[in-house]
Amino acid sequence: MECQECHERKATLHFKHIINGQETKISLCEVCAKKKGYLSYPEEGYSLNDLLSGLFQKDGLNLSSTGATKSNQSQELKCASCGRTFSEFKKAGKFGCANCYASFGAKVEPILRRVHAGNTKHTGRIPKRAGKYIQQKRLISSHKEELKQLIEEEEFEKAAVLRDKIRELEKENHQNKEAGDNT
Amino acid sequence: MTLESFINEAISPWMLEDGPDKDIVMSSRVRLARNFADKLYPTSGNQEALEEVLQFIRKNYTQQEDTEQDSISFIPMKNLSMIEKLVLVEKHLISPHLIKHSDHAAVLLSAQEQTSIMVNEEDHLRIQVYYPGLQLRKALEEAYYLDDWLEEKADYAFDETKGYLTSCPTNIGTGMRASIMMHLPALVLTKQINRLIPAINQLGLVVRGIYGEGSEARGNIFQISNQITLGKSEEDIVEDLESIVNQLVEHERMARVYIYEQSEISLEDRVFRSYGTLKNSRIIDSKEAAICISNLRLGIDLGIIENISENILNELMVLTQPGFLQHYANKALRSDERDIRRASIIRERLNLKK
Ligand SMILES: [Zn+2]
Ligand SMILES: [Zn+2]
Repeated sequence: MECQECHERKATLHFKHIINGQETKISLCEVCAKKKGYLSYPEEGYSLNDLLSGLFQKDGLNLSSTGATKSNQSQELKCASCGRTFSEFKKAGKFGCANCYASFGAKVEPILRRVHAGNTKHTGRIPKRAGKYIQQKRLISSHKEELKQLIEEEEFEKAAVLRDKIRELEKENHQNKEAGDNT
Repeated sequence: MTLESFINEAISPWMLEDGPDKDIVMSSRVRLARNFADKLYPTSGNQEALEEVLQFIRKNYTQQEDTEQDSISFIPMKNLSMIEKLVLVEKHLISPHLIKHSDHAAVLLSAQEQTSIMVNEEDHLRIQVYYPGLQLRKALEEAYYLDDWLEEKADYAFDETKGYLTSCPTNIGTGMRASIMMHLPALVLTKQINRLIPAINQLGLVVRGIYGEGSEARGNIFQISNQITLGKSEEDIVEDLESIVNQLVEHERMARVYIYEQSEISLEDRVFRSYGTLKNSRIIDSKEAAICISNLRLGIDLGIIENISENILNELMVLTQPGFLQHYANKALRSDERDIRRASIIRERLNLKK
């Protein structure tokens, strides 16, 4: 496939855009992708992040040029811990600290959804030492699923055993949480 | 410096080990991005916070702390010359970003150079683990081991629903990027790669060339990695990537058989011309070198050329990079000087036979 910009080189990068709800695809060579600002650190080996940050940087620019956000600028969102504003975040494509997520709240969600194919919930690894409470919580919720299944299958004896186990885990985990909160 | 010891420097020890499908899959890499909970990120530009993180790592993770196989040394970026830093980038042990922001940056490097942990890159920690051939699961396990080791003494920035909180939203969730480096000369030669890349992109994976700045994958070397880090577990991401890579390996093997059967003589011609160029040229730019090295490696894989190590591709791709050429010359070189030096180092290497 040839590059849709220069029509000379081979297109090796493929971008998906959502503009006004319309999905468009564009295929570019790296040279043109660089020129159009899709790649902000072109010389890096792993420029995927930069490539994607370029993606929503573009949206950010579109937004601010419509004037719709102008009135909001006086009361712009700002992270209290690191001082980064939401527009600074959009421009750089980077957060400044762990609290930025909470600070920018719901405004971050659509960005995450776009970058991660609609996903918004982490289902992977949990820190081994500090994440015991969360690990336990995940275990409890999977047991609860099992419990529902057992009840549906009218396996009441097994269900009772599992129910007791869940109660015990919940009690234990409540203590875990309090211990965790105190540190 | 003798060429032998220089090659030893260019090739990380782990690269010489065997791995599944190593004739096509050059390496597997897993990278985890992590941040500490109560420190501003490197992206905030807060120098104090960066220095604190650097000192914390130096103090807590450099004294006789060993991973299972390998001892780890702490190397502050400040202590390295520009060429030394470039060499680490060309070996893919640190990123260009780390060089650009090297005042408070460091790397924890294992003796085998199989694992490197960048400190104060875009995130506080970037854990990288390499394995030869297709071994993503092993790389993931080793990365987990290091992850747990690092988390023992400080809390990570982690959220129950968002996962590991990275400085860039593209890494949030698992913070994991798994990637595979592959040599796909036959898929390029038969132009099948042009059909395959868009199909792979559709599956949420990214394909790109890793050497050279042009549009093509220089030396027919491609990197395939996951794009999505949120909403899928690390194991699922790795499994999906591996299954695609397995299919690519299969396609590449079939394409190799096809071009060999289609016209043995023209394939031999291509391979031997490249061999001749590498053996005889006095000036060679990196682009031509990459093409010839790729053809030579294909010739070795198909048994057309014997008595040359199959590591030639990995070796020469690193040895002929600008940083390494200057490191070998022990001085800065202009690009025309590099082309001369590149030709001579390739000739020398091929005379070593091995
Ligand atoms: Zn183009
Ligand atoms: Zn912040």
